[in-house]
Amino acid sequence: MTTPPVKQGLYDPANERDSCGMGFVVHVKNERSNALIQQGLQILINLDHRGARGADPKLGDGCGCLIQIPDALFRAWAEEQRVTLPSPGDYAVAMCFLPREEGAREVAKERFERFVRIEGQLLVGWRDVPTNPEGLADAAIKQMPVVAQAVVARGPNVKDQDAFERKLLAIRKQTQNPLADLAEKKDLPRLADFYIPSFSSRTLVYKGMVLSDQLGTFYKDLTNPLVTSALVMVHQRFSTNTFPSWKLAHPYRFICHNGEINTVRGNVNWMNARRRTLESPLLGADLDKMWPLIPHGQSDTASLDNALELLIAGGYPLAHAMMLLVPEAWAGNAQMDPKRRAFYEYYAALMEPWDGPAAIAFTDGRQIGATLDRNGLRPARFCVTDDNLVIMASESGVLPIPEEKIVRKWRLQPGKMLLIDLEQGRIVDDAEVKSSLAEAAPYGDWLRDTQFNLKDLPAAAEPKTVADDDLRLLQKAFGYTEEDMKYFLAPMAEGGDDPIGSMGTDTPVAVLSDKPRLLYDYFKQNFAQVTNPPIDPIRESLVMSLVSMIGPRPNLLGHHAGTHKRLEVSQPILSNQDLEKIRSIEETLDGAFKTVTLDATWPKGGDAQALEAAVKRLCWEATEAVLADVNVLIVSDRGTSDNRIPIPMALATGAVHHHLIRQGLRMQTGLVVETGEAREVHHMCVLAGYGAEAINPWLAFDTIGALAGGDSARAEAGKEKYVKALGKGILKVMSKMGISTYQSYCGAQIFDSIGLGEQLVDTYFTGTSASIDGVGLSEIAEETARRHRSAFAVESTLLDSGGMWAQRVTGEAHAWTFDSIANLQHAVRGAIPEKYRAFAAEINEQSRRKLTLRGMLEFRTTADPISIEEVEPATAIVKRFVTGAMSFGSISREAHTTLAIAMNRIGGKSNTGEGGEEPDRFRELSNGDLMRSAIKQVASGRFGVTAEYLINSDEIQIKIAQGAKPGEGGQLPGHKVDRNIAAVRHSTPGVGLISPPPHHDIYSIEDLAQLIFDLRHVNPAARISVKLVSETGVGTVAAGVAKCTADHITISGYEGGTGASPLTSLLHAGLPWEIGLAETQQTLVLNDLRGRVTLQADGGLRTGRDVAIAAILGADEFGFATAPLIAAGCIMMRKCHLNTCPVGIATQDPVLRARFTGAPEHVINYFFFVAEELREIMASLGVRTLDEMIGHVELLRFVDPADHWKAKGVDLDKLLYQPKRDGPRCSENWPRREVEAPIDDQLIALLEQGPAFVEEPIGNVDRAVGARLSGEIAKRYGHAGLPDGTLRATLTGTAGQSFGAFLSRGVTLELVGDANDYAGKGLAGGTLIARPPEDAPREAGDNIIVGNTCLYGAIAGEAYFSGVAGERFAVRNSGATAVVEGAGDHCCEYMTGGTIVVLGHVGRNFAAGMSGGTAYVWDPEGRFMSCISDGAQIALDPVEDDGDLQALVQRHFELTGSKRAEALLADWRTVRKQFVQVMPHEYRRALAELEAEGTAIAAE
Amino acid sequence: MTNPTGFLTIERRDRTYRPAKERVHDYQDVVAPLPDAEVRRQAERCMDCGVPFCHSGCPVNNLIPEWNDLVSRDDWRNALDRLHKTNNFPEFTGRVCPAPCEAACTLNIDDNPVTIKTVECEIIDRGFSEGWVKPRMAPHGTGKRIAVVGSGPAGLACAQQLARMGHAPTVFEKADRIGGLLRYGIPDFKLDKSLIDRRIAQMEAEGVIFRPNMHVGVDVSIDRILDDYHLVVLAGGAEQPRDLPVQGRELSGIHFAMEYLTLSNRRVAGLPEQGEPILATGKHVIVIGGGDTGSDCIGTANRQGAASVTQLEIMPQPPMRENKALSWPLWPLKLRTSSSHEEGVEREFAVLTTEFAGKDGQVTALKCARAEFVDGPDGRKVIQPVSASEFELKADLVLFAMGFTGPRQDGAVASAAVELSPQGNVKAATDDYRTSRDRVFACGDMRRGQSLVVWAIREGRECAAAVGAWLQAEPKQPEAALVR
Repeated sequence: MTTPPVKQGLYDPANERDSCGMGFVVHVKNERSNALIQQGLQILINLDHRGARGADPKLGDGCGCLIQIPDALFRAWAEEQRVTLPSPGDYAVAMCFLPREEGAREVAKERFERFVRIEGQLLVGWRDVPTNPEGLADAAIKQMPVVAQAVVARGPNVKDQDAFERKLLAIRKQTQNPLADLAEKKDLPRLADFYIPSFSSRTLVYKGMVLSDQLGTFYKDLTNPLVTSALVMVHQRFSTNTFPSWKLAHPYRFICHNGEINTVRGNVNWMNARRRTLESPLLGADLDKMWPLIPHGQSDTASLDNALELLIAGGYPLAHAMMLLVPEAWAGNAQMDPKRRAFYEYYAALMEPWDGPAAIAFTDGRQIGATLDRNGLRPARFCVTDDNLVIMASESGVLPIPEEKIVRKWRLQPGKMLLIDLEQGRIVDDAEVKSSLAEAAPYGDWLRDTQFNLKDLPAAAEPKTVADDDLRLLQKAFGYTEEDMKYFLAPMAEGGDDPIGSMGTDTPVAVLSDKPRLLYDYFKQNFAQVTNPPIDPIRESLVMSLVSMIGPRPNLLGHHAGTHKRLEVSQPILSNQDLEKIRSIEETLDGAFKTVTLDATWPKGGDAQALEAAVKRLCWEATEAVLADVNVLIVSDRGTSDNRIPIPMALATGAVHHHLIRQGLRMQTGLVVETGEAREVHHMCVLAGYGAEAINPWLAFDTIGALAGGDSARAEAGKEKYVKALGKGILKVMSKMGISTYQSYCGAQIFDSIGLGEQLVDTYFTGTSASIDGVGLSEIAEETARRHRSAFAVESTLLDSGGMWAQRVTGEAHAWTFDSIANLQHAVRGAIPEKYRAFAAEINEQSRRKLTLRGMLEFRTTADPISIEEVEPATAIVKRFVTGAMSFGSISREAHTTLAIAMNRIGGKSNTGEGGEEPDRFRELSNGDLMRSAIKQVASGRFGVTAEYLINSDEIQIKIAQGAKPGEGGQLPGHKVDRNIAAVRHSTPGVGLISPPPHHDIYSIEDLAQLIFDLRHVNPAARISVKLVSETGVGTVAAGVAKCTADHITISGYEGGTGASPLTSLLHAGLPWEIGLAETQQTLVLNDLRGRVTLQADGGLRTGRDVAIAAILGADEFGFATAPLIAAGCIMMRKCHLNTCPVGIATQDPVLRARFTGAPEHVINYFFFVAEELREIMASLGVRTLDEMIGHVELLRFVDPADHWKAKGVDLDKLLYQPKRDGPRCSENWPRREVEAPIDDQLIALLEQGPAFVEEPIGNVDRAVGARLSGEIAKRYGHAGLPDGTLRATLTGTAGQSFGAFLSRGVTLELVGDANDYAGKGLAGGTLIARPPEDAPREAGDNIIVGNTCLYGAIAGEAYFSGVAGERFAVRNSGATAVVEGAGDHCCEYMTGGTIVVLGHVGRNFAAGMSGGTAYVWDPEGRFMSCISDGAQIALDPVEDDGDLQALVQRHFELTGSKRAEALLADWRTVRKQFVQVMPHEYRRALAELEAEGTAIAAE
Repeated sequence: MTNPTGFLTIERRDRTYRPAKERVHDYQDVVAPLPDAEVRRQAERCMDCGVPFCHSGCPVNNLIPEWNDLVSRDDWRNALDRLHKTNNFPEFTGRVCPAPCEAACTLNIDDNPVTIKTVECEIIDRGFSEGWVKPRMAPHGTGKRIAVVGSGPAGLACAQQLARMGHAPTVFEKADRIGGLLRYGIPDFKLDKSLIDRRIAQMEAEGVIFRPNMHVGVDVSIDRILDDYHLVVLAGGAEQPRDLPVQGRELSGIHFAMEYLTLSNRRVAGLPEQGEPILATGKHVIVIGGGDTGSDCIGTANRQGAASVTQLEIMPQPPMRENKALSWPLWPLKLRTSSSHEEGVEREFAVLTTEFAGKDGQVTALKCARAEFVDGPDGRKVIQPVSASEFELKADLVLFAMGFTGPRQDGAVASAAVELSPQGNVKAATDDYRTSRDRVFACGDMRRGQSLVVWAIREGRECAAAVGAWLQAEPKQPEAALVR
């Protein structure tokens, strides 16, 4: 390949993600040396495992470094060239990647030189950068640019170095921005390759498509002794694709970044919307030359870098600018200094946060620093040496520094900043940086004078209420159904929660539906998977905020004003009274705000043109209003009547929002919507995503009022709860994507559209991804008009039933119906092929009726079919079938084992789901059956994930997301946790269990690689699978997953899913598998990665035809969940979440379980029926084996649904795209990578010898030490492991990630040094000790010893850490005992058992979601109270019986030599009173119950 | 759902019959209603299924889970509205429907279905007693006149729906009173005729015109009607009874069930006798045919004081209990015992009648044989007598209740001159209900063949909707025709 692929088929380069390892080393006193650069390069090499390699092992994803300008080098060059070089600071160097093609290169250089000239600067000359491409991958060499440096001297027109830097930016922008257009115009396509990695008088970037150990050899400069620097910032990239790109390597001009900016779409939109409001006294006319400030199609980091350089050019100090872009969680943070909070709050109106997991290192050459996102989702460790070095990196131990030289080891904490000022020669800590900035201006006073909260404004006129007679009509006109009332509004008004349902969805996507659907239904929520984590909005509410600013935003670069009036709401849902306040705000606030209400309705009887005219009129009115100084627009459909049809509010909102952005007017006005249409959480989210700063769902309020039946108190309470439910729901939707503030969610367009026409999207929802084409305005007009007609038609005044959720004959079509269920069940029970055929005929006919996308695909049957005997036998086919992940807990043991036995008999695979498996199922039954699930799932709760569980698997599946609720966690309420379930989950009966939304050890793609590495070590024989959910960009994620060395990838459709899920997610998140699968296939083929992984499709597969289509679109294997459950007796009650399943499947109630009548034979019959149907199709296509069929899209044709009133615009040809690559189209049994584990291998060799002891050095590249050993022990001895103290290893140095993961009983690992993240993950009985060396010149209790997320999902065992742990210590601990001398935020989160002792400070949000176990915190200063999580359900008590505690502290002292423990023990009588005991209420109650039960049993 | 575990904690309890000894002496409803508080509790048993099999299993797709929920919340008024949304005449179906909904109910997997029919009946009875059932006048008239031929449940449902759309339907009925089979086919002890009268009153108030004693095709031709009306809907019954043409068929004392039931119903209604009375009093009665009509004959004969009643069924006795694994949610084949059976009858299965014996032209006995099913030449099962299994039954009155073969081919069908299906029904598809003849529609038994009341209501409603759509789509056609 010579060029990175462009958008093709379903592949879109815009979806690419990257993440990585990064770091810097700096000499605090600004002493430059080349040795420092070598150290930087060494960091890169030691971070190699955080990067990735593609199909070609020599091809990495790129790396780079940023250094200070090496003046000596350029002086020598100038001398040689006989040119005059000004003094340092008065010249700049542009690092240039020039096009390889000469013609283009000349034009590029000429352009650059021209703008240098125009801007009054002086070109000194071009320097060829010496490079050595030896050892680079071929693809990297083919792409390699001509690297040259342009040296530019400061012109007389700029007064100082800062002004010079601003000019350089103007030159770079003007050179680069028009390149793409110019390339086309001049017919020099390669001209667009011209790229300027850096252009500064202070810093210089060397980067490229090279491996970490090649950077120094490729750029000879870096080893040139003339090249010196006092700082080196390095970055190792892990990209989801395999396409070489020199540009995309980091660092950028100011930053390098590990993580992902989730809100980047919105951020870029908002930045570009500032065009008319942005003014800068410093930049003056130059500002106008810089547009677009952030060009489209860049990576998130490049965009952030652009934003940062703008702020710096606009006069913000570096640290100040970073605080604006990535603010701490300030809202509701009582611990924060009020001045700092005022600072953040003030700037909140100027800049929407760039939100997402991020560790960002930044430098301008004078200062260097790093900051972490508000939730601390990326690791950043640093140490300070006694000779003035600061080393910061994603991991500890990246530079071998003798321990005795390290005076401090610490980490960046959530939202915190580390800054080194080289000019001042010192480290400036977070508090100092921020307080000095916060005190620089009277932000608090400014806020007091200018900021108004809506709730403080006086009440306005009473809102209109709808007359009873009209209510029904309006409800019908807006498409309300009985279901909306029964399943959404009533429960929300009564319970204050977003309602729950189960069993996924089996209805068509909106564009294929025969019913008029709301426009919201065409938008599917995006969610985070792998490349960034979702957030838990409940347990981690401290980072979440619903605050919204309504109204015009101040000039971002005119920040010294403090006079701009701002209107704040604490959450975006406005009551009818609130809206009236806004409507009349002009009088209330003396004209600071001016509102106008724009009518979003169109006349009855009109067609698409009338609708379009109405939308245009709306946009035009918006412009007029803004130009007339109106600064709050209310877009309203209150005008709906029998003669006026409401414009779908999403359309009205998107149209006005984008129209104003295009006109550059959006920042001058607020946008509020007043809508009768929006009622569900999803509706609010779509409106917010397309720019609504606040929403008034007036008809929903009036409806809730009417539901109260005249009881006004009940009506008011209902409305309040409804608002609360919406708020919770919106937070959940935001958090799914890892976004924590409404302000950054607003306008961020976190949706895929499905079935909206491209033109429609481009015009009204600009920038939204449109996976399949579809409706335009005319179909939307028809849908809306149909609703309106039916409302004012005469036949019935009743609301329609609905039928989206529970099936109704007149409602939305469903796949699972009376007949399909009856036929399938009769077929499998009686082994009646005709009944199966009737079933398949109905389902396949439904497909033709467009219930599914695949219904529009048709086989291209061959002219000469083969005989069915020639097709591979059904017995071979069924081996590719698996049943879906359903946990024991969500379904009964009877149902769970029925599926397992059936799949084991036919050689397919069943899946444990999350929640462990009873060990009795690991052994064969007397009749030869095996109840063991071949696939063991590892989900975010890690329940029951022991080494024994993992070793008893053929496949280990990492569940990143599930179809019914991607991006969300789960909850098993205490009453469902009976003794059996508690036993298998290693928890306490009666205590509720929470599965967090993210895997706390996967916040980023390289973390996934680490987890795969860990699991592969435990069980080298098992395939490692990663389960993803279909959404736009899933193919790119899958490519990244393949690069993480996964063997298997499941692409799950949104339809799938059993168990409980919020209806909002169940209906509105994710895409059909057809899209995700096709995109994945295309992307993997394009990346030459397809042969390495097995692809599985899952979610709504029902018949042989479905399987055939999945195979042709690229699936090697096929997952079924609902259909085999139905074969086993499920009747789609959709009551799984109520534990009342009447057929004994989704229930733990013994009475109901007794009703289960399913048998393995039923499931087996079903799968053989499917296989036989598939064989018939294969014969008709002339293919003998599935391998001949997989990925052969030429076997399908798209049937244009031209006859369907709505679907006629749909085009699935993109699904049938075949990338032009020769590689494999199906899995090729790629050999698994051998994993090395020298320390483990040494211990395994000693296993059978009884007690043994080894001593070894260890480095950060030694990862998951102990995992392979533990797998081996579990294989031989089960979970019980070895007798305590059998094996012991003392390891010296810095341990890599996952130290002691899944460590089995009988093993002790003692670490002298420190450890990185995930130490003690899944600890299964072993003992971990970490202590600093005795000669370390620092207090153990004040320094970090282990990284983030230690003891995640630990089940048993002990850990003693003499030092401070990072964030999320003991998260989801089930039973381990640990002592640590301090811990970061979120300590003991989701803990369900075990004992944690903290002999020092803890961070915020302690015990969030903790439901079991005990913690003891030493709190001599009484500050612990303020660290407790807001929602924690725990009791805080003094320690009554301190014997156990003292013993633990004693043991800690003995094992680690802890000075703190020693001191505490010495004064135990006093100290013991300073401990606080933490115990969850639920746990205490459950223990008491168990004890009472135990006593009762004993008494018998 | 007010009570998610109602199905576990509340036992099924249904309406019971009045004691057989008591009820057999009158023609009052055999069923004793359930107290409404109990009905409410029974409604709580409904699980509001994700796939409500009852709702799909019901031919009119009653919104059963919705009104069960409303009843359980004591909201009878809204329950009535939801019930009427799909069913014009729940007071009929609540009494005479065999309730396939209950067979399909998820709780019927182990024989404890929700008492759907009882809830339905209670909703509508309450609706009438509370005065909630009122005429619903269309807000605007369309001026379209539509002739509906036949006043059974299909014709009535069709006419009511049309009237509510603003059209002007006229219902033609060949009998002297409105109601078709409801009126003269079903005995009063199963369906009290006052229920029909109050519905008719409502419909008249809604603008439906009734023309009894007008036998279309005899008294007036379809052509003539089409002169005055925009279109015609044929909504007659499948009245042609199946005969048993064996030796002795001509003897007196052998009647079709419908002749017998009609006369009985007229007598109970106090109407003048028409022709020779047929009475079972003191007679040995043989009912041939094991279906609902047969049961109605048994109940009537017992009320008239028959000396004995015997029912013959050609098919073998079905099992007492169905195999749920293979039958649910479908309507299962199993032995069903009606209230009339309970009142006294001998039931014989797998019996062939080979000859009627008589004396003086009056039937005295049936000659029968046991029947068996064997493979015929084309592989299909055929019935044949078991050799040497002949026996005789004493008989004074023989009633044929073996079903109907289709609509009568004289009268309206002949006059309309429409195409027929191979089965002899009027040919029309269910998407538009149009016959081969322009402006002539057909629905109900006349189109589909003998069926249930609930199917007739469904067809009547669907046909009305098809007519409405047709009128909207082609408004000019009828006017043009009228000019003629």
